[in-house]
Amino acid sequence: MNDLLARLADYRGEIITSIVETGYMIGNSVLAAILVGLPLGTLLYLSRPGGPYERRWLHSVLNTYVNVVRSVPFLLFVVALIPFTRWLVGTSFGTTAASVPLAFVAAALYARFSEQTLLDVPEQTVELARSLGANPVQLITRFLYSEARSGLVLSLTTVTISMVSYSTIMGVVGGGGVGDFAIRYGYQTYEYDLMYTTIALMIVVVMLIQGTGTLLARSIDKRAR
Amino acid sequence: MIEFRHVTKTFPQGRSTVTALDDIDLTIAENEMFGIVGESGSGKSTLLRLINHLEAPTSGAVRVDGEDLSALPARAQRERRRRIAMVFQQFNLLANSTVFDNVAMPLRLQGRRERDTVMQMLEFVKMAGHRDKHPSTLSGGEKQRVAIARALANRPRILLCDEPTSALDSGHTEEIMATLDEVRTQFHTTIVLVSHELDVIKSSCDRAAVLEQGRLAALTDVVAPPTRERTGSYADRAREYLA
Repeated sequence: MNDLLARLADYRGEIITSIVETGYMIGNSVLAAILVGLPLGTLLYLSRPGGPYERRWLHSVLNTYVNVVRSVPFLLFVVALIPFTRWLVGTSFGTTAASVPLAFVAAALYARFSEQTLLDVPEQTVELARSLGANPVQLITRFLYSEARSGLVLSLTTVTISMVSYSTIMGVVGGGGVGDFAIRYGYQTYEYDLMYTTIALMIVVVMLIQGTGTLLARSIDKRAR
Repeated sequence: MIEFRHVTKTFPQGRSTVTALDDIDLTIAENEMFGIVGESGSGKSTLLRLINHLEAPTSGAVRVDGEDLSALPARAQRERRRRIAMVFQQFNLLANSTVFDNVAMPLRLQGRRERDTVMQMLEFVKMAGHRDKHPSTLSGGEKQRVAIARALANRPRILLCDEPTSALDSGHTEEIMATLDEVRTQFHTTIVLVSHELDVIKSSCDRAAVLEQGRLAALTDVVAPPTRERTGSYADRAREYLA
């Protein structure tokens, strides 16, 4: 035990660096989920057949895109995206480059989740917005997002946690992060206790994220329970 | 004034079409309380939704104050719709907003922040004391009163009511109908009331249209029932009625 603590102290610098790297990758991908995924999911909802602004071709293009991004095995997706990543951030290696495929997956995931959450908003809410003469932006921000807000928070929580998991393999393109630390310093140097400690740390982090998300979602949910 | 001229409305259903309204001709006068009755599926809700153009007629014309909304661009349609308020069977309150915010919504959509108007409307429906509550904590009758306050916030010329009492018990029904009578006398609003409950139509409307399978089966003057005592608790009225 003391031995483990001593080695953890030795690796202090690496551990802190890897936590910062993981935080950076997750931060970027969650940002992409909010800035790209949510609008994408909203468009999917609005343009669906029978939706408030039905556009069948737009719906099927977006729907196909989301399905494609979500169905490619993640490791292959990372590799396949390398040319694009290099074009976008100038390199295919490092934490910023690793954020690119993560951002794509996070946006696609959240697009699907937010679409599904919006589908749970009662049809009467849309009818109300129309009868009050709300324009499309008002329909989205003042009616749909307002009524769906706790579901949107919960699904963003799920996306964030998925990104914790996805980010662990970003060592393959030099992304670093906690997962990479566990594999390089724990698994590959036979220091299994170090690896299990890292896993335990990640479990705690995931529980914290879930707890925060659940608490926030519950506090903003004023619907009948 | 609301005019229906040879209005037909069909909906696609699979490969065929269903006729919801068939050649309706109807004029509703200014400041009238007009009832629309019929069984479910008779087309009465569709008729109502044509007035604020939530539905467009398949053929024929619906004119409000001489203006056909179908002919207007989307922005102008939204603009006109704000002068025609609507009250729904399921109240359609925003569950995550307070009573005050629900009533303020029609004004906010136009960038107006008029606290006084909102409070005035809440006082009119006697819900001012509940302004900071959320809808889930209110009874059905209270929810519908909030919905009426919201409908009135824009000072509409026309108020469309789609089965406003069908989700309520009898005590609340009378309370809502009394409120609608009040709306008409105080704000000179034209009220179009859809209901399958004949009592509701008989107690308040001047005239009524009877729909049957999308056709106008009858257009009749409504004779008000002998005035009944509206006060007393549910238990009192139940005893009086049953005994």
